[in-house]
Amino acid sequence: MKKLAKPKVAFFDFTDCEGCQLQFANMGQTLLEIAGLVDIVNFREIMSEDGQDYDIAFIEGAISKDADVVRIKKIREKAKVIISLGACAATGGVNGMKNRSPLEVAKERVYGDKAHTINTIKAMPVHEVVKVDYFINGCPVYIPEVLAVIKCVVMGKPYVVPNYPVCAECKMNENVCRYEKDEECMGPVTRAGCNSWCVNNGNRCYGCRGLVDNPAADSQKDILSKYGLKLEDILNHFTLYNDSMGEKYDQEFK
Amino acid sequence: MTKSSSKIDSKNVKIDVHYLTRVEGHGNIVVDVKEGKLTKCEFQVIESPRFFESMLVGRYIWEAQHITSRICGICACGHSLASIKAGEDALGIKPSEETIMLRKLLLYTEQLDSHILHIYILVAPDLLGVKSIMPLVKTHRPVIDMAIRMKRMGDYAGEVLAGRHIHPISYVIGGLTQLPASENLEKLYKMMLDCRKDGEETVKIIKKLKFPEFQRPTQYMSLTSEEEYAFYDGDLTVNNGKKTKVSDYKKLFTETVLDYSRAKIAKINGKPYAVGALSRFNNNYDKLHKKAKAVAAELDLKAPCHNPYLNTAAQLVEWVHCLEESIVIMEKILKNGLDEKKIVVSSWPKRSEIDKIKYKPNTGVGCVEVPRGSLFHEYTIDDTAHITAANCVIPTNQNMGNLEEDMRKLVPELLGKKTQEAITLDLEMLARAYDPCISCATHLLDVKFI
Repeated sequence: MKKLAKPKVAFFDFTDCEGCQLQFANMGQTLLEIAGLVDIVNFREIMSEDGQDYDIAFIEGAISKDADVVRIKKIREKAKVIISLGACAATGGVNGMKNRSPLEVAKERVYGDKAHTINTIKAMPVHEVVKVDYFINGCPVYIPEVLAVIKCVVMGKPYVVPNYPVCAECKMNENVCRYEKDEECMGPVTRAGCNSWCVNNGNRCYGCRGLVDNPAADSQKDILSKYGLKLEDILNHFTLYNDSMGEKYDQEFK
Repeated sequence: MTKSSSKIDSKNVKIDVHYLTRVEGHGNIVVDVKEGKLTKCEFQVIESPRFFESMLVGRYIWEAQHITSRICGICACGHSLASIKAGEDALGIKPSEETIMLRKLLLYTEQLDSHILHIYILVAPDLLGVKSIMPLVKTHRPVIDMAIRMKRMGDYAGEVLAGRHIHPISYVIGGLTQLPASENLEKLYKMMLDCRKDGEETVKIIKKLKFPEFQRPTQYMSLTSEEEYAFYDGDLTVNNGKKTKVSDYKKLFTETVLDYSRAKIAKINGKPYAVGALSRFNNNYDKLHKKAKAVAAELDLKAPCHNPYLNTAAQLVEWVHCLEESIVIMEKILKNGLDEKKIVVSSWPKRSEIDKIKYKPNTGVGCVEVPRGSLFHEYTIDDTAHITAANCVIPTNQNMGNLEEDMRKLVPELLGKKTQEAITLDLEMLARAYDPCISCATHLLDVKFI
């Protein structure tokens, strides 16, 4: 990948909560410093400028309707670099839970007798539709990692999302294991990179950063079963953020 | 993308603001005036449907907070708290007073964060005639630095209290998973004290800006309470009239899905109503902190105020109120400390017990005032504490009908007096004044993407 001189940057959002863009806005002074290195031409949440000429596109949100597919393909044609920003873009995020019920059932639950007027398709991460060059996982994104990725992008180097589990970071942080506390946790199968953010704050890992490439799902299933979870609970844990793996687990676990 | 012309035409105006900017989420404004007659006046919501109510079905009640905070990046704490309250109502759990105090603090600091974001980053560029905060970085650097400092304080509060502001971690059903670190609380307290003078400076700035003149009395709904300016608890009140219990919210307003494919719309007595800072200000004025009352007087904001553009001014008044109330709570915490036994709980029941307990099938409702207005979560659980039905009523949905009514009154008033371009800007500013958070509004329909 070529190094980009003062690249033009655009932000686009799809199906999401816009929290990852807000993480950018929350960088405050750091954002202003970044703004000195790059040229932000399109950031609808905070700007009315509507630049259509850009090198780097940050994509927030999952693809979940027909129009999204058309739009992301257009963005791919223009952008030299596409970055999936946050869980929704990178893994489908919580949107994937929609896929756990037939779409007709989901529509009926929310829109009742007007369900037929809704256009929605299976929620997908961006790379299921177009090629993605960089991934920033997490719900929300973790700012130190965002900065690391931006550095890689402007230097034209690849960035690899950690492929070891959250447990590695959690141990370094000297947290007591949630399993020791008679609770379950997705840490053993979830990609690190967040510095075990949730466990540091007394909660469990919910798997928002996506699963490691070899999650040893069987052993995780064994661990979870050992602690008395039903199959349905295990699947719920695995698919809270990782529906793209849902069908696989449905097969493996049944 | 704004399609508009710069000549004055009193008979024909066609406005199509596609992808309104500087709001949270995707919305279009479509207005069509033919031969002097307003034929179309819509605020179209084009955000993708999210289906949170469907996703919640089959999930444990203890997961609801984690999932529903993902409805919105700005009001993640508010969604968490509404969700927690609904979960506690369904399970019959009563949190300690200390826990409630910490929840109020989180809710106040979220208003601080969100109101500053709205005032400086989303609204001020309009009033200063620029398209975004970016040019202001060059022309108004000290003000921008101040805005960033104020924003940082609100955001840092979320970090200290809940692990992070966007999708809080430690606030759960029953209490907190761990106490905030005392050294961080001290740092936060100092930042709050420092922000007082930034608030005073902001009042001076806002006072100089000119908001459009427009009046339309409507139904203003918010929580109210005998004890305080209500954010966390209270009864639902419309224009200081009869009070309705939160659990009876469905008796007060109705939500319908409209045929022309857009958000669900809510009505009270068959008419649209407004929620948010201006509604709270109108209903709770007497309970404002005296410093906030002084700011209202300085901004010439009197209750009841019927100019929706002044929602932004009401936000600044609330900012002062929430800062002062937060400082009171912080002083109490720093003086007395926090009692772990009364606050800290596990985020879920123990795994070895969870399946042995028979829960009472029940429905719980939770309501809090988030920056944009009253937010409701309602969950029904079965005897295994799994959610069987869920409903979330979002402030932006409640405001949508009211915004359109405002547009219907405003457009004819401006016809023949302003250019199409100027009318478009006034409409954009009006929509922005409501601080719409469209990604929040989960009941959304799809509009053709142009």
